[in-house]
Amino acid sequence: MSFAVPAPLEARLDELTTHYPQKRSASLMFLHALQEHFGHISDEAVEWTARKLGLTPINVHELVTFYPMFRQQPLGKTHVKVCRTLSCALAGGAEVRAHFCEKLGLDAHAHAPQTTSDGKFTVEFVECLAACGSAPVVLVNEDLHEKVTAAKADAILRTGK
Amino acid sequence: MPEQFKLILKHVDAPGYTPDIECYMRHGGYEALKLALATAPRDLPDGKKLTPKEVVREDVKASGLRGRGGAGFSAGLKWSFVDRRSGKPIYLICNADESEPGTFKDRQIIHKDPHQLIEGMIISCWANDVKLAYIYIRGEMPRGAKLLEQALAEAREKGFLGKDILGSGNDLEIYVHRGAGAYICGEETGLIESLEGKRAYPRIKPPYFPAVLGLYMCPTIVNNVETLCHVKHIVTMGAANYAKLGTPNNTGTRIVSLSGDVQRPGYYEIEVGKVTIGELINDPDFGGGLRPGRSLKAVIPGGSSSKVLKAGEVFKLNRKGADGQMTKVDVPLLDLPYDFDSLQQAGTMSGSSAIIVLDDSRSMVDTLANLSEFYAHESCGQCTPCREGALWLAKGLHRLSHGEGRKEDAAYLSHIAQNIQGRTICAFGEAASWPVLSFVKKFRDEFEAKGAADEEARAKATGPAHGTRTAASSNQH
Repeated sequence: MSFAVPAPLEARLDELTTHYPQKRSASLMFLHALQEHFGHISDEAVEWTARKLGLTPINVHELVTFYPMFRQQPLGKTHVKVCRTLSCALAGGAEVRAHFCEKLGLDAHAHAPQTTSDGKFTVEFVECLAACGSAPVVLVNEDLHEKVTAAKADAILRTGK
Repeated sequence: MPEQFKLILKHVDAPGYTPDIECYMRHGGYEALKLALATAPRDLPDGKKLTPKEVVREDVKASGLRGRGGAGFSAGLKWSFVDRRSGKPIYLICNADESEPGTFKDRQIIHKDPHQLIEGMIISCWANDVKLAYIYIRGEMPRGAKLLEQALAEAREKGFLGKDILGSGNDLEIYVHRGAGAYICGEETGLIESLEGKRAYPRIKPPYFPAVLGLYMCPTIVNNVETLCHVKHIVTMGAANYAKLGTPNNTGTRIVSLSGDVQRPGYYEIEVGKVTIGELINDPDFGGGLRPGRSLKAVIPGGSSSKVLKAGEVFKLNRKGADGQMTKVDVPLLDLPYDFDSLQQAGTMSGSSAIIVLDDSRSMVDTLANLSEFYAHESCGQCTPCREGALWLAKGLHRLSHGEGRKEDAAYLSHIAQNIQGRTICAFGEAASWPVLSFVKKFRDEFEAKGAADEEARAKATGPAHGTRTAASSNQH
């Protein structure tokens, strides 16, 4: 089995578990950490988390399928989340997403997350990112980009962040 | 002249102000905590004596502070419902799952002044005998989560957290917990389920009021980020002085998130009720008006879930006259004071204090279609009317906004929305329905005209028979 959680990460997760009176509470934080490390949540990650927290795998799997941020397949190295909701839409969010798709050769009409064939970029429409005053906004991995124009989008594609 | 009043945002965006504890303490940070811990017991006229903790709890009640997350419920009353006799631990959760479309105020506090939140939390925890608290921050704010963790570590280092805080004999730990992209986690019982490591299915009330049966079935306080910050200022200013800010029953300050079709979108802190919607939109110190050549069409006044207000609407508001008598007064939309009660009387709500402005270039059909897609995506799926209905609304509106509408769609959409509201475990049912009901009611002509135009276009393209058939078949979703 190729699935192995490095010791420092496991130690960090063990410490996290102590934050809660009931271990199950640590589930979401486990999944965030595992997804950050492995790029997605595999079945092995679900089983590992369940074992660590004294749960059955379905208790963890149902979180992965419920919470939109968790993904079961690997996505691009740079994950571009374009806000779809009203304030961003009024400020041209759909055009920003179309621009990303066009530049990356992706289908601007498809709604689901799309990844370039080289695995470098994923473009996804997401719901309100709580930065409506500087719409349209885009979350690139952990960085929020505000008032995104075509030029700013191109810069994101050049640097990958 | 309407003015901003910066209480919570006093240091936010000030040149050189950084989110670390040293900077916070240079600006008087954690003095309110020391003040709170030194609170003297209070003798009441009836001979009863309040403990220091009770004094702070009473002061929060007396300050008139109302929750800044959405419901606008008295924070002091919420605290007073906590079951303190159960013998179980009491938990406090800061709701930092800011996700109501249009709202971006808590983001400013979290990223630019995290210690203000933490100080407010420590005081609130002390006053409520809480020894373990969490900050539930939405997953899409990874930087904010790290900043808060850093800030908590700094506070621990200084002895503001941990064992025996500042020698007071009180212990407290606060941890950051990240959500993962589900809007429903902003609903407090959904949030609690999520913090327990489950799907965020809201709990039914009664019996699951968090104040009695909250986190791990223990008494739990859930307060919004901004609400908890205000507690710090109530301690510093005193309840009576704090209550002088704002207007009666709508005390204090509030951060308004302004977005959409204005020249100066942004976050503006005001004394509650001292600034009108018109001033927020048009004043050069606030929204700066619409773009040149545009006129106002509608205002979504309190986050996307609030009922829309139409340009030119006039509302009947209760006003106390000089003789103390309540009379009904006509107040046009732009003169509505931005506060909890005025907006409620106008048939909507100030909600999360997020205003989205729509000008005359906007299609109300497309706007509502955008919002309904949000609710269809975010329904947790627990209650059938909401799970199915939110999706029907989104599908119907998608059709109407993509040239496949029907004349009867306006009635159809209202019918579905009416069958969702009031039939769900949590208020999401209302959140999904209210925009639809209000948009269709107030802009009915536009919805019907769009449906009729679509029918006509289809009839022209393929003959009337096909048009009728499409209408019938699309009724089956």
